[in-house]
Amino acid sequence: MTERGHAPQFDDLEQQHEAATLGMWVFLMTEVLFFGGLFLGYIVYRLAHERAFAQASSHLDVALGGINTAVLITSSFTMALAVHAAQTERRRRLFVFLLATMALGCVFLAVKGLEYAHKFREGLVPGPRFTHEPEQQIFFSLYFVMTGTHAVHMIIGVGVMIGLMALALRRSHAAAVENAGLYWHFVDIVWIFLFPLFYLVGRHR
Amino acid sequence: MKHYLNAGYSVGSWLLTRDHKRIAILYLLSVTFFFFIGGAFATLVRLELMTPAGDLVISETYNKLFTMHGVAMIFFFLIPAIPTVIGNFLVPLMIGARDLAFPRLNLASWYLFTAAGLLALGSIIFGGVDTGWTFYTPYSTTYANTHVFLMAAAIFVAGFSSILTGLNFVVTIHKMRAPGLTWSRLPLFIWSTYATALLFVIATPVIGITLALIAIERLLSVGIFDPALGGDPLLFQHLFWFYSHPAVYIMVLPALGVVSELVATFSRKRIFGYGFVAGSSLAIAILGFLVWGHHMFVSGQSMYAGMIFSILSFLVAIPSSIKVLNWTATLYRGSISLRTPMLYAIGFMGLFTIGGLTGLFLATLGIDVHVTDTYFVVAHFHYIMVGGTVMAYMGALHYWWPKMTGRSYPEAWGKLSALIIFIGFNLTFFPQFILGYLGMPRRYHAYPEEFQVLNVLSTAGASILGVGYIFPMFYFIGSLFARKKIGDNPWGATGLEWRTSSPPPEDNFRETPVVTEEAYDFAKAEEPELP
Ligand code: HEM
Ligand SMILES: [Cu+2]
Repeated sequence: MTERGHAPQFDDLEQQHEAATLGMWVFLMTEVLFFGGLFLGYIVYRLAHERAFAQASSHLDVALGGINTAVLITSSFTMALAVHAAQTERRRRLFVFLLATMALGCVFLAVKGLEYAHKFREGLVPGPRFTHEPEQQIFFSLYFVMTGTHAVHMIIGVGVMIGLMALALRRSHAAAVENAGLYWHFVDIVWIFLFPLFYLVGRHR
Repeated sequence: MKHYLNAGYSVGSWLLTRDHKRIAILYLLSVTFFFFIGGAFATLVRLELMTPAGDLVISETYNKLFTMHGVAMIFFFLIPAIPTVIGNFLVPLMIGARDLAFPRLNLASWYLFTAAGLLALGSIIFGGVDTGWTFYTPYSTTYANTHVFLMAAAIFVAGFSSILTGLNFVVTIHKMRAPGLTWSRLPLFIWSTYATALLFVIATPVIGITLALIAIERLLSVGIFDPALGGDPLLFQHLFWFYSHPAVYIMVLPALGVVSELVATFSRKRIFGYGFVAGSSLAIAILGFLVWGHHMFVSGQSMYAGMIFSILSFLVAIPSSIKVLNWTATLYRGSISLRTPMLYAIGFMGLFTIGGLTGLFLATLGIDVHVTDTYFVVAHFHYIMVGGTVMAYMGALHYWWPKMTGRSYPEAWGKLSALIIFIGFNLTFFPQFILGYLGMPRRYHAYPEEFQVLNVLSTAGASILGVGYIFPMFYFIGSLFARKKIGDNPWGATGLEWRTSSPPPEDNFRETPVVTEEAYDFAKAEEPELP
């Protein structure tokens, strides 16, 4: 075993591992409710402004959104491979897959930044500089808040990957990688909901 | 002997501690501070209301006073008080663990709470907030000209602290119970803390995101709740109460757990219907999520929604009354001793019952239209939050003080203060039921002459209540300097926390306890040292 002994409040490593995993699941429960408030807002406003939402969604770039979806799904795959490598204590592989996951996360963020820049130029950012039909503003408010919150989670995830890579140089640490994996997959799933809701549903053209 | 208090005296040994008992003490200092901040604002509110004319402060200032009273008391005292002080200290001790599952996270929670407190203080010092503790839009967005952003940030951060505490408790209670301590043997305080922790984890993120949206709307003029931009202010109210109704149970559930402990110990009897009392905590937690609409009966939600929320609100009363009935049945033929903590417990039972019953009045649609937004509502929730939660918190402090410090408080002073608090409380808040019923609206700084007598009574009561809270401050601090120590189990109570020394050693138990019997098995308990 390359893992350290257990922390003093636990009886053994197994108890510590179980506690960490349960802790992560409880944290994800919190996250579900955190995003839940936003999704509720989306549903309410979508029902109230059917037409404006449909029109507004055609301003989004499905190609870029689609690329990002593919990028994230791939990153979930590399994350799963990283978890496997950690469990089987292959530290080189672990490092490589963490690196791949992190890099894909960065690609996602870069593409997202590009999209934001486009929206900015097209006058689609809510506020005084919004140049389109006022009703569509609420769509873009939600779009920026929800994808923005998601992006913040991605940035945290990238930070976690960097931390884990630094750790992987010294030892393999299955519990931490597993928990990071749960988090990464969760953030991924949120996007899997965001993508169709904003880019696809009710789209014309 | 070495124990957690004399394990180190440096500032660092406190500020960097991972010991749940020391963190509980840190929280004790923080929440006491905010209790007095909130109290100061309440004093100003009551002073203004002595006379019908709005003469002490202008209406804008008055708005700020009641807002900051509410914010300080709810978010920085009532919500954290019992879980983070009593719960932090007791959860590991009661389940026979050496610490919480994540001690560093526990310390981080306290730091987050402190940071939130500083943000809130900043907001107060820069001029305060005037939206009411409910932050309703558009007061808090389009028409806000106060420091809403800072205050929203403060509550957001405090919410994180709550979430982390809740997470820690859930994991600890699941994974770290001593051998033999099955779920059906857990002390009832653990059951209610567990239910509270679930509420922390599930409800708090919703207020987090809601206040984040308010902050974004203020900062970036992204109109999520602004009707001019197609937003809906009612959505804010739904999101807010989806958190804040469960939050009222965050405030009261731990208190219910405390009272279960007190009633059992001071009747020397197993709690009647243990399973029902334990289960009712979970039932309250679950039902508490389904009733938020009763705060919005007059806000334009559909009539059918109103009716459904009304019926569901009645259902919440069932598990609440199960608890009161079972405590009463426990008292029956118990060998009751009226020590200070028990006085608080009995006070709690009466006041909580009044608060709960008036809750049913409010949940009745027709009556609510008459009394909503009047002093009747103010009296209702103060009966539960002050008459209930603060009473239980005081009872808990007295009951576990010997365990926390190894010293005993002066019993005569304790009883006197409990009596003063009880009298002061009723004098403060009972008149408010009548005022509200007669039609005095809440949140105004001036009122018609005919309401003055009752308002003066209420202010007089508040000053008595204030005295009642100051006394314990002094004798608790004084008791720390007393030479005389007290035994490990002065009440002859059951429960693992009484099996270790007072104050407990740093890792709680010299050897891991093994549990072989049900909770509250007084047949096997020691005799009380203080009869
Ligand atoms: C039997 C259970 C309860 C029922 C049926 C109930 C019902 C209600 C109703 C219908 C209202 C809205 C009145 C209005 O605004 O017109 C209300 C307000 C309130 N209740 Fe309760 N309640 C119960 C228990 C509690 C508990 C346990 C607490 C706190 C620990 C609490 C705290 C509050 C607060 C703070 C408000 C006012 C919020 C505000 O508008 O500022 N209630 N209650
Ligand atoms: Cu409520």
